[in-house]
Amino acid sequence: MTASNKKAFKEGLRDGIPIGLGYLAVSFSLGITARASGLNWIQAFLASATSYASAGEYAGFIVIGEAGTYIEMATMILVANCRYLLMSTALSQKLSRDMPFYHRFLIATHVTDELFGINIARPGKLEPAYDYAAFLACGPAWAIGTAIGVVVGNALPYNIVSALSVALYGMFIAIIIPPCKKNKVIAGIVAVSFALSYAFEKIPLFSSISSGTKIIILTVLISALAAAFFPVKDEEPAEQKEDGNG
Amino acid sequence: MGNVYVYILVMGAVTYLIRMLPLTLIQRETKNKFFKSFLTYVPYATLALMTFPAIVEATQSEISGIAALVTGVVLAFIGANLVQVAGACCVVVFISELIISHI
Repeated sequence: MTASNKKAFKEGLRDGIPIGLGYLAVSFSLGITARASGLNWIQAFLASATSYASAGEYAGFIVIGEAGTYIEMATMILVANCRYLLMSTALSQKLSRDMPFYHRFLIATHVTDELFGINIARPGKLEPAYDYAAFLACGPAWAIGTAIGVVVGNALPYNIVSALSVALYGMFIAIIIPPCKKNKVIAGIVAVSFALSYAFEKIPLFSSISSGTKIIILTVLISALAAAFFPVKDEEPAEQKEDGNG
Repeated sequence: MGNVYVYILVMGAVTYLIRMLPLTLIQRETKNKFFKSFLTYVPYATLALMTFPAIVEATQSEISGIAALVTGVVLAFIGANLVQVAGACCVVVFISELIISHI
């Protein structure tokens, strides 16, 4: 390992540890959802260790809980994790052409909101040693936290479980609300999504549709209409980098 | 009803492809304005749809869920970070359910 690689590795560990602490709390909450969908701790651990995606896994657990089809699962994951298409596209601009190609396959295993954020925030080209160290520091916390959520969620008093189960939603709120201040279209999308999601749940005609299918249909409908009527200006789409999490 | 391990495999594989394909295939950024806008908006719609009304139904009492939602939105709006927002939502649910159970 060269000296500059060593430095990047150290800095990656330093930046990854606080992210890992946050992951522990949120993945614990995700584990409670996994348990409610009938997963045991090994299955929850595997899901987290192969996906590293909060919203995506949550969406996946909904499909498992409702015994959906594999096609529904694939579509659901595509929709819930669609933002990673954007992030990986942005990240591809930061990769050096001199970097051995296999690094691209390894980096792709863990493009989470936070790791994307710290890699983009770092000046210059992406250093694989930095990215891998940060992932080493926070990735295991994500998978272990999910497994602990399944196991301990069982032993905790119900009021504690009830309280912790909203951590994940709190995280989603922390991702979607800040951009609403700067961007009226996003604020409108969030408001319309809340309203339609509620309506679909309460109106008898729609309430028989599974939540998985409901989320897919409404996401595509709302986003497509917003994109058609309010296309983003060229300087805006980079907004992703400060948004979020998971 | 599918096999849980196949579900997990599909989850992991689709997630990986979403992240891997742009990193390995795309050389330049997409110029298609509609597609770019669509990709920008999808995360907000999907996260909002997954949050409400699910947050209200996750707790023992609907009131505590609503309290958590309002607290989270207000804190996120005034600039609290992710861990603070998530933590505050939990505390609000815990306290409001404690109060409700004593009424």
